Amino acid sequence: MATYTLNINGKKQEVDVDPSTPILWVLRDHLSLVGTKYGCGIAQCGACTIHLDGKATRSCILPISSIGEQKITTIEGLSENGDHPVQKAWLEVDVPQCGYCQAGQIMTASALLESNPNPSDEEIESAMNGNICRCGTYLRIRKAVKTAAKS
Amino acid sequence: MTLVRTKIGRRAFIRNTGLAGGGLVLGFNWLASCKMTPEQVRSLPKEWFELNGFLKVGDNGLVTIMSPNPEIGQNVKTAMPMIIAEELDVAWKDVIVEQAPLNTAIFTRQLAGGSQSIRQGWESLRMAGATARHMLKEAAAQAWQVPSSEITTKEGQLMHEASGKSASFGEMASAASNIEVPQEVELKETKSFSIIGTDKKNVDGEKIVTGKPLFGLDVQREGMLTAMIVHPPAFGMKYKGMNAESVKSMPGIKDVFHFEVYQEDTEKQWSDGGGIPELVAIVGNSTWECMQAKKALEVEWEEDSKLESTAYHDEALTALLEKAPEQPARKDGDVEAAFKKAAKIVESTYSAPYLAHNTMEPMNFFAHVTPEKAELLGPIQTPEFLELTLASRLGMPVEKIDVMMTRMGGGFGRRLYGTFAVEAAVISQKMNAPVKLVYTREDDMTQGTYRPAYKVKYKAGLDENGNLIAWHVRGAGTNDDLIFENRFPAGAVDNYLAEKHSLQTNVTTGAWRAPRSNFIAGAEQAFMDEVAEASGKDPIEFRLELFDRAINSPVGEPEKNDYDPERYAGVLKLVKEKSNWGTDSGKSRGVSAYYCHNSYVAQVLDLEDGDGIPRVDKVWCAVDCGIVINPMSAKNQVEGGIVDGIGHATYSAMTFKDGKPEQSNFDRYRLIRNAEAPKEIETYFVDNGIDPTGLGEPSLPPIVGALSNALYKATGRRHYSQPFINERPPLVG
Repeated sequence: MATYTLNINGKKQEVDVDPSTPILWVLRDHLSLVGTKYGCGIAQCGACTIHLDGKATRSCILPISSIGEQKITTIEGLSENGDHPVQKAWLEVDVPQCGYCQAGQIMTASALLESNPNPSDEEIESAMNGNICRCGTYLRIRKAVKTAAKS
Repeated sequence: MTLVRTKIGRRAFIRNTGLAGGGLVLGFNWLASCKMTPEQVRSLPKEWFELNGFLKVGDNGLVTIMSPNPEIGQNVKTAMPMIIAEELDVAWKDVIVEQAPLNTAIFTRQLAGGSQSIRQGWESLRMAGATARHMLKEAAAQAWQVPSSEITTKEGQLMHEASGKSASFGEMASAASNIEVPQEVELKETKSFSIIGTDKKNVDGEKIVTGKPLFGLDVQREGMLTAMIVHPPAFGMKYKGMNAESVKSMPGIKDVFHFEVYQEDTEKQWSDGGGIPELVAIVGNSTWECMQAKKALEVEWEEDSKLESTAYHDEALTALLEKAPEQPARKDGDVEAAFKKAAKIVESTYSAPYLAHNTMEPMNFFAHVTPEKAELLGPIQTPEFLELTLASRLGMPVEKIDVMMTRMGGGFGRRLYGTFAVEAAVISQKMNAPVKLVYTREDDMTQGTYRPAYKVKYKAGLDENGNLIAWHVRGAGTNDDLIFENRFPAGAVDNYLAEKHSLQTNVTTGAWRAPRSNFIAGAEQAFMDEVAEASGKDPIEFRLELFDRAINSPVGEPEKNDYDPERYAGVLKLVKEKSNWGTDSGKSRGVSAYYCHNSYVAQVLDLEDGDGIPRVDKVWCAVDCGIVINPMSAKNQVEGGIVDGIGHATYSAMTFKDGKPEQSNFDRYRLIRNAEAPKEIETYFVDNGIDPTGLGEPSLPPIVGALSNALYKATGRRHYSQPFINERPPLVG
């Protein structure tokens, strides 16, 4: 066990865990930030996507010992009132079915738009290709990313 | 207005007087999964008045509606309350939706399965709203001393035109709660609906996009332990022994033990499925610590039945297709005689592998079992049956067992089989502590309950004019006999023979979104295309001729045929028109139509040119599911089913070597991804005012046929074996 101070959603948080513990489980089990989801544990499905210094990152294989000073943003901290353009677009397009993968989709989409505010259709598909949606909401995900890009 | 007796589901409308007017507590636990706008939160009523088990009206006019059925992504949590709100005549913006707990005293069929929630809930949901509206009108009539029949309602307001009096539902809620429940209620004419048939967004949408705790995996309680299971590595193996001592001393680990999920005398329900009878449990403080212990633990297993491989399943199913079963499932005319005189014969065999459900949220459940009571909370499609099994397994009356449903991260049939919830309860009982059981993705994918592997052989005979004179289908599946003998084209062909076999295997199987239809529709519609081609006719015209036959002079007793040929032909004609069938789209195009779960779907699919598996450019989809409750959400379901069907038929397979699943995570088990989904889907609904039927499943089965038929156009080869990705021609050189 070791003590770590993390910068999560703009707040300093202290946790005492095994250094190998992935950030996903630190968030979920130790900090009760359960918006970030477990899907596969091997960085294949994207359900656990967070921002690490603004970049979309899979938290399920990211040990806490590797974080250092990097800033973590989770779905809970993407916006103060749930009004990030991507969140608003997701609601406008009524993207979710079961909803489980959507936090990861939104975190990937918001990081994409941060680095590329006007992505082409191909760039959207390519950026979102790492996030599995078992319900098949892919068409609305693309539409919502475009909607958010326009705003 | 239609007058309907409130007899059906009447118990739902008998108020619990102990609760009525008593300022009910909002929500039943921390998971008060309700839709509340910030304005609503600011203006919550001082008091709620329960008018029946489905709804309560606040003194300020807000209405809380309980959504009775489990929510797995089919969006009944929005649609079912819409039906109640319609008959209550309240403005949708004034509605708060809550997930109801299991309560068999109030609700009927709290089950997510078979696309039946809306169809089977339709009448009781309408009555719940209408009964409450009736009571509000009676209350106003008494207050104003006017006949109730002269009172009208609109968007939460009661009005009496002659006297000019009006009041809100909130003002009359208290008085209405003392009105006797009516014996009969008036239902609205469908043409006067103002909520049903309009687009309403997912009631949980805001919580989903902001990451609020909604799912079973998100459940956290004071003092809660995490549990994981270890199951045998192969089907055909069972527990032999283990040395758990070193693992028990690992950080955060509380206990490691072997347990029986069911005991010999446990009265099991159908929803207990195959399951795995003996498991090892690892219980600890946190998920990661349990995962580490799981990796370190060495369990010994022993063989207790045959270790089956995919090659064996394949050979055994093929062998079954070679022989006739003792009895045909249906026989009209004489196919053998017809084949002898046929001008042309077409024969093909289609096959598909086992599939895992792979809900994005792996199996999990929270349980807190004490000697006094059992509290269960989590994702389950069959809460009522779970409660019965728990009563038997825990030796506790059902009154002491509370089962509550969380929103589910997908179902697809997997959560019909609640063995994981029973496991959680048994572990909690043993630990005497609140426990959340969590399956890893690998546990989830290799546990079983798969979509069966299937094979089907078709043979059709055409006369010299290209008319279909004989149809023979023989199907087989693992633990499942595949064939729906009374579905199309039964009733449309003079000589028809349907035969079915089931191969008993120890790889456990279960219902997977649109059971059997998910394979047989694609095979049948691909074969239909081959037969149409042999007949020299257009594939849509060929099908429409068969429907004409079934309409005008059906073979056999018409009521025996499990479809309505007019509605079937209707969706085909609609998709033909919308897709401009017959004109050159410049793409490779396929068509398909299927009926299942009481709904009719026809699809046209365009493929782009390309190597291997070309990209789907566009799908046109025509649906007849009667009245559409929430068109926006209905389209979402249809799109999802289409993507799901294309994805699994193209990419997915679960295979076995010596009983061991060869895929255990998404690195080797391929699911469709964003860039592989169709570029565009257009959905059209038949507007016929017929009572609604389901939509969670019906759009999936036929799309596999449309894809197969378009692939033939694109590649010149028929695709007989799923997943189609494996049917690429071998690379040369």
